[in-house]
Amino acid sequence: MSKAKPKVAFYWCSSCGGCEESIVDLAEDILKVVEAVDIVFWPVALDFKKKDVEAMEDGSIAVSFINGAVRLSEQEEMVKMLRKKSGLIVAHGTCSHLGGIPGLGNFWNKETIFNRSYHTTPSTDNPDRTVPLEKVVVEGKELTLPSFYDTVYTLDQVIDVDYYLPGCAPPRDLILNAVQAILEGKLPPKGAVLSPNKSLCDDCDRNESKPEKLVITEIKRPWEVEIDPEKCFLAQGIICMGPATRTGCGERCIEGNMPCRGCFGPTDQVFDQGAKFLSALASILDTNDEKEIEKIVNTIIDPAGTFYRFSLPHSILRRRRMEAIK
Amino acid sequence: MSNGAFEPRLIGFLCNWCSYTGADLAGTARMVYAPSMRIIRVMCSGRVDPQFVLKAFSEGADGVLISGCHPGDCHYQEGNYKALRRHRLLTKMLEQFGIEKERFRLEWVSAAEGVKFQHICNEFTEQIRKLGPLNWNGGKHEQSEA
Ligand code: SF4
Ligand code: SF4
Ligand code: FES
Repeated sequence: MSKAKPKVAFYWCSSCGGCEESIVDLAEDILKVVEAVDIVFWPVALDFKKKDVEAMEDGSIAVSFINGAVRLSEQEEMVKMLRKKSGLIVAHGTCSHLGGIPGLGNFWNKETIFNRSYHTTPSTDNPDRTVPLEKVVVEGKELTLPSFYDTVYTLDQVIDVDYYLPGCAPPRDLILNAVQAILEGKLPPKGAVLSPNKSLCDDCDRNESKPEKLVITEIKRPWEVEIDPEKCFLAQGIICMGPATRTGCGERCIEGNMPCRGCFGPTDQVFDQGAKFLSALASILDTNDEKEIEKIVNTIIDPAGTFYRFSLPHSILRRRRMEAIK
Repeated sequence: MSNGAFEPRLIGFLCNWCSYTGADLAGTARMVYAPSMRIIRVMCSGRVDPQFVLKAFSEGADGVLISGCHPGDCHYQEGNYKALRRHRLLTKMLEQFGIEKERFRLEWVSAAEGVKFQHICNEFTEQIRKLGPLNWNGGKHEQSEA
C-alpha cells in the first residue's frame, strides 16, 4: 500500500468567505493539492461534521488552515479542538492573523452591535424587538446558540498558531508556496509570517516617484482628487499604508490605482501596525507650527479606523475601552 | 489601592538633555512633588515611538507624559517637533479608543525648570485622580476557561 497522504483540514470563523474562495481559486493547482493530501474536514465544501473531527486521534491532522477571527464561543471551541487534532495550525488570511475587517467590531461591543443590527438600521422592521438568545425553549425543546463576545480575537489570542498566511485574501502564490513547504517539510521557524519580511514600499513601482524629502501639507481622501497613476500616493497627500505594511501581495491595490489599506499587516520588526503608520505619517507632516499641525490632524477623519483597518484586535490596545461605549 | 484610595500611576518619557535634567534638578533641590510619576529617560522626545505610549497604557498607566526641550532647543534639532506632531495625532486616535486626552500630555521642560517639572507632576496627578483609574484590559476577559 502506498504511504498514507497527509490529512488536511480547512475551517472558517468570523470571515467573509473570501479566504475559502482563495483556496477554490487555486483552480487547476488545487487538483495537485487534492492529489497530494487527504482533506478530512472542510465545512464550506465537504460534508464532514464536528463529531467526525472529535473522533480523530490527537495530532492526526497534519495541518489545519483556519481563516476568520474568533468572536463566538463556538469558534473558540472548534479551533481549540482543531489545535488538539493538528500537528500544524496555519492562520489563513488577515482575519485570523490580525482580526481583519470583523475586528473593527472592537470599537463597539455586543450590546451596541445587537442594537444596531436588530433595532436601528433603517432597513430593520422588528416591532417585537426580537434578538437572538443563547437559549430558547420551543415546544418543550431547548435550542441554543453560541455566545457572541464583546471582543473579536485573533486566532493566536485563542490557540497556539504555527504559521501565518497574510492577506485579505492571501494570494495564490503564497498559498501554494506554503502548501509546498509543508509537504516537503521545508518550513521556516515557527511563528513565521509566510511572506517576505520587508515593506510594501520596497517593492512598489511608485517608490521611485517619492521626492527626496517626502512631505504632506494636506490629507486628501481618494475620491477627492484625480489620482495620478504613476506617483506615490503619499506624495499626493493620500494615505497609503505601504510604509507600515508587509509586502507579498503583488501590489494589487496600487496597480488598481488605489492606496494600500494594510491588509498584510506589519513586518517582523513592528508589533503595532497602526502606531507605526501614525508615527510615519506624523513625521512627514510639513509644519512645526502647533495650529497648523492641529489643522492637518483634523483632516484625518478616522485615524484609528484607517490605521488599524485590518489589525485592531492585534494592536497593543486591542479594542475600545468598554466603559467608553455608549 | 487595596484601602480604596486611588493613587494614579503615571509614566513620564523625559529627554536626556533638558527634561530629565530638569527633573533631576527638582530632585537635588529637594522639591516635594507627587510620587506617582515613573520616569523613563530617553535621548530625545522624538525617540518616543507611539508604541511606547500604547504599551504604557495597556500595562497599567493611568496617564502618560512626554517631556522634551523647548521648541528650538532640541539637541537633535527637530525631535521635539516630531514629538509634537505625533502627540496631536495620537491624542486624537487615543480618544477613539476611549482614552481621554487629559491622560496624555506633552510638555516642554528645560534643564533649569525644576519648579515647572514639580508643578506638572502635581497637576497631572490631580487631574488623573479626578478622572479615575484607566484599568486597561483590552477585552482579555471573556473567552471560556475550556
Ligand atoms: S506609500 Fe504607497 S504608493 Fe508610495 S511607495 Fe509606498 S506603497 Fe507605493
Ligand atoms: S496593497 Fe495593501 S491592502 Fe492591497 S492587497 Fe496589498 S497589502 Fe493588502
Ligand atoms: S533632546 Fe530634548 S527634545 Fe530632543
